[in-house]
Amino acid sequence: MIKASIVGASGYAGGELLRLLLGHPEIDVHQVTSNRLAGTYVHGTHPNLRGATKLKFTTVDALEPVDVLFLALPHRTAANDIEKWAQLGEYIIDLSADFRLRDAAAYEKWYGKPHPAPDWLGKFVYGLPELHREQLKGAKYVSGVGCNATASNLALLPLAKAGLIERVVIEVKVGSSEGGNKHSLATHHPERVNVVRSFAPVGHRHQAEIQQAVGPIELHFSGTAVELIRGVLCTAHVFVNQALTDKDLWKLYRSTYKNEPFVRIVKDRGGVYRYPEPKILAGTNYADVGFENDPEGKRVVSISAIDNLMKGAAGSAVQSMNLMLGFDETAGLGFVGLHPI
Amino acid sequence: MNATCPICEGEVEIAADVMAGELVECPDCGSELEITSIDPLTVEEAPEVEEDWGE
Repeated sequence: MIKASIVGASGYAGGELLRLLLGHPEIDVHQVTSNRLAGTYVHGTHPNLRGATKLKFTTVDALEPVDVLFLALPHRTAANDIEKWAQLGEYIIDLSADFRLRDAAAYEKWYGKPHPAPDWLGKFVYGLPELHREQLKGAKYVSGVGCNATASNLALLPLAKAGLIERVVIEVKVGSSEGGNKHSLATHHPERVNVVRSFAPVGHRHQAEIQQAVGPIELHFSGTAVELIRGVLCTAHVFVNQALTDKDLWKLYRSTYKNEPFVRIVKDRGGVYRYPEPKILAGTNYADVGFENDPEGKRVVSISAIDNLMKGAAGSAVQSMNLMLGFDETAGLGFVGLHPI
Repeated sequence: MNATCPICEGEVEIAADVMAGELVECPDCGSELEITSIDPLTVEEAPEVEEDWGE
């Protein structure tokens, strides 16, 4: 068994990661840290894990070396101490935004401060298997992915790979767990419930990750918080540089995703769920992707849905780990979701 | 045996004992398809159900 620990396991992404690793056939979870909660059972914080483990949180200072060290820390914390983490884990997977961007200048532009460890940026592989599967195999250091960026990247990938995008306007609708478990007035129940709230009409940081993935095309991004706990629905209005037929689009999407274990094309003429819908993806690592061709012009509406804590965070991290260590890529990620939910 | 969906070009599995006129569904796009010939095997998009104004 491979020994793994999670640094910063008290948050939602850390808890989701722990849930997945406890069910993983190749992984023995060694330690999980939270300085604030050290000495308490993890099921006190993640009640769904009661009976699944008797682990207690430890402090960061009590960490012992392991094969795989997951970092689920606030942004900049991973990068500030990267030399220390590298002493503790042979393989590192960082779920924060610290090592997602390859370019230190882009990091400073979008995160407002110089990168704390720019020399390390080139050592990390961006942890989205649909983009970097071959680089992930055998990689030692992998960054997690932004949830909104993942939904957007998977919606755009078939058209971007084919060089068909002239410009794109992306709108994501997101659930409250994207905001993490630190509360504020905005997350207070009377203020948060029933919202359809524009929280980032422009300037969302994940735009940098999307741009990095799809290249130098004109790209616009807006985010709206909606009445969901888990889930992202991405609607990308893609203005293409040539007219396309439905069959062209089927061909493109199939050729991009036919061998992907966690991407499903959803564009159905019948049934209730005709396009991707995050509701039925809760707890799964699937990304559902669909499209519709606007007969009025050169616009393709590309749609994707994910669970932000899974494909948008912990699920992609485990999928990446499976590739890094040569496991079955789908190990520990077999849950197909619930219906009705 | 397999047929190709005329709508999305997906692969549609056809039972060996299928008969002309039977309806099948494309697993990819959900289109309803009609078996229009067995030998050679051909499928077409099934016509929508229409109102019967003749009565």
